[in-house]
Amino acid sequence: MNLFKKKKYVSVAETVEAQDKNVFANTNQPSVPDGMWVKCPNCGKMIYKKEIPKLRICPDCGGYFRLKARCRIDFIADEETFVEFNSDMLSKNPLNYPDYEEKIKKMREKTGINEAVIAGKCKIGGIEAVLCAMDSGFIMGSMGSVVGEKITRAFEYATENELPVVIFTASGGARMQEGIISLMQMAKVSAAAARHAEKGLLYISVLTDPTTGGVTASFGMLGDIILSEPKALIGFAGRRVIEQTIKQKLPDEFQTAEFLLEHGFVDKIVERENLKEVISKILYIHCEKGRED
Amino acid sequence: MSAFDIVKTARKTSRPSALEYINFIFDDFIEFHGDRSFRDVKGVVGGMALFEGIPCTVSGRHKGHTIEENIERNFGAPHPEGYRKALRLMRQAEKFKRPVITFINTAGAFCGIGAEERGQGEAIARNLFEMSTLKSPSVSIIIGEGGSGGALALAVSDKVWILKNSIYSILSPEGFASILWKDSSKSAEAAEIMKITAEDLLELGVVDDIIDEADGGAHNDFEYTAGMIKEKLLKEIFELKKENIEELLKKRYNRFRGFGEFSE
Ligand SMILES: [Zn+2]
Repeated sequence: MNLFKKKKYVSVAETVEAQDKNVFANTNQPSVPDGMWVKCPNCGKMIYKKEIPKLRICPDCGGYFRLKARCRIDFIADEETFVEFNSDMLSKNPLNYPDYEEKIKKMREKTGINEAVIAGKCKIGGIEAVLCAMDSGFIMGSMGSVVGEKITRAFEYATENELPVVIFTASGGARMQEGIISLMQMAKVSAAAARHAEKGLLYISVLTDPTTGGVTASFGMLGDIILSEPKALIGFAGRRVIEQTIKQKLPDEFQTAEFLLEHGFVDKIVERENLKEVISKILYIHCEKGRED
Repeated sequence: MSAFDIVKTARKTSRPSALEYINFIFDDFIEFHGDRSFRDVKGVVGGMALFEGIPCTVSGRHKGHTIEENIERNFGAPHPEGYRKALRLMRQAEKFKRPVITFINTAGAFCGIGAEERGQGEAIARNLFEMSTLKSPSVSIIIGEGGSGGALALAVSDKVWILKNSIYSILSPEGFASILWKDSSKSAEAAEIMKITAEDLLELGVVDDIIDEADGGAHNDFEYTAGMIKEKLLKEIFELKKENIEELLKKRYNRFRGFGEFSE
């Protein structure tokens, strides 16, 4: 059992890319004044990019930069065990929304991934599992047809093969450009999660910054076990919308992981560097059969 | 009518809402309250009633017709307890093998401090999850506004119908215009592109049928409109009730499973 053996990080996220200036963007999104320096979302200090470690933790204050999906998978999956599903799946344009194809194309070029989620199977601490990670750099990690389909297939694969599912969420919610079809993804994914649950299988959701809207209101909140990274923004309605509605400023801690923990919606907050260990431990305790002793 | 004219009709304060339809279509409706956990939410109504002698569980988003009533019912924009009340009643329907009929008329889930503190996202997610496997035949009818996750949370059903001048959308056209174009005044343009009218939704398969309503809108002739809904239910509810529940659940799963446009 190599549960507590630290894994060597093989990461692709060597650099901090310019962030998409999507309207879903939360205020704490780091801005990039030039190519070399980046502002820490936590302490606000300008950090020299080369000094940011692979897990994108601020060397100064320990705060987190957002992590790319590939980087997350590299960290969580046991080395060389990840097999990606449906990597070539591409979005169409159900509303014929102007320039949507163009936007997707640009995002693909910029991020090097085809959509806002990467799904596949792997081993985590030696135990086989289905693993998905969302990428907030791809149109704010929003869920349209492709994200919905990939996550649904991930649940279906896990149901068929009796595997646990681990999903890292990072999303501004439903993808507006696909309209009502995006809304339907919430029902589709939740139904797939329900079938997985009916078979008595484990689902762990890990809410990372930011998780809001239709992702919170579907598979985000459906984990048997819900973990979160410290200080992650998690909520249903957007902060700005709430402030406009109630006409008052919201306290800083509103809709943070800590706020959700206090109100009973998160099982446990886990530091980024400990997530692999904690998930491995849960899987180890849970999966009597899959253990590799 | 343009898409935005339909939006305006769907939002009319005088448009009949859930309670009126329930009382017209069903016999002996008894309203029940509360989510058994925190409180009652008046924006969601629910209870039991008879439909042509069949015991049913009915539920709906109710918007009021006056300012006072709207404030009391929160403009049909429920707090999480509203969804939890509806789920509690649906669970009861499952236990007693009653069909579930829901009436949807909401701008969306309420947004505010309390709603977030008590898990608006969790409440909606739970309803989607539970409704998808609920062992009771279910029908949802969109009778006005079907706004976002707040509408979907009562609409993961075997059949989803819509009144001719109703809408169903990912968010309001104003919100859509504001998010994508930073200009909420472009709502009419947004309404056109969003595919939110009954005909667009039928074409997309989001609804299974359109129910006719009175000329110019349901408010012009409530009895005609309510009569059309009743007729539709008469035609379909007995068939649904006869179906083997496992078959029904398979069909329901596939109904929602099919949404999405992608290539691979
Ligand atoms: Zn810092």
